[in-house]
Amino acid sequence: MSAANRSQFIYVTYIRTTPEKLWAALTDAEFMKQYWFGMHCESQWTAGAPWQLVSGDGEIFDAGEIIEADPPRRLVIRWQHQNRPELKAEGNSLCTMELEPAGAAVKLSITHSIEREPSKLIEAVSGGWPKILSNLKSLLETGSIALLDAYRQSTTQP
Amino acid sequence: MADRDLLFKALADPGRRKLLDRLHAHDGQTLGELCQHLAMTRQGVTQHLALLEGANLVVVHWRGREKLHFLNPVPLQEIYERWIRKFEKPRLRALSDLKHRLEEGDDPQPPRRRPS
Repeated sequence: MSAANRSQFIYVTYIRTTPEKLWAALTDAEFMKQYWFGMHCESQWTAGAPWQLVSGDGEIFDAGEIIEADPPRRLVIRWQHQNRPELKAEGNSLCTMELEPAGAAVKLSITHSIEREPSKLIEAVSGGWPKILSNLKSLLETGSIALLDAYRQSTTQP
Repeated sequence: MADRDLLFKALADPGRRKLLDRLHAHDGQTLGELCQHLAMTRQGVTQHLALLEGANLVVVHWRGREKLHFLNPVPLQEIYERWIRKFEKPRLRALSDLKHRLEEGDDPQPPRRRPS
């Protein structure tokens, strides 16, 4: 990592849909459960609003606040893990979602970063995002998801 | 817009796979950092990175004046789902059948379906 004391990843996928539909898919709790393996976010999705990532049985895995919400373009979430003490101790991370039209598709970029290196949180969430994005793409493009059991072996959400 | 052909073409070269491995070991590197310890010219690395970017396997992010390269594993996940997962399931079932058959020894068993 060239910038000292930061862990970061960027995941990008192209989805054949509109920015409006993708924004709705990223913020609608019921829709989210379909591609996020039963998890969903609870928030009003406006700057300053609280944000939570909740499991199927109601457990709060992550919590924070909406830092920026510019539908259907950009969403920034302050994100702190709640469930595992060693991850919670790492403090706040920042998750940025950017939606850009790209021809007949929308480019969705998800950047997740934390101001420490190495970071167990970033390591833990980095396994989940590709599966979630792949499911989201598949759901929006074909109406069905590819994976049902993302968390069988992964360590934590997303 | 990345498509599957670009993706497989990008993965077909050992030098490009090495670059992906280096990003996997250490994400967010500059061109200069990626060139260290590689038996490739800077120009060669630049060309490989452009192809990887075209296939959406590498994503560039500017931090101030630094151009950082990140591994984007999302297309690999899609390959896994499209090309690996569906093939591995019958194999795993065959292995599990074999294990049962061997462990059950000479217990009388109805003939099992041939593993696919």
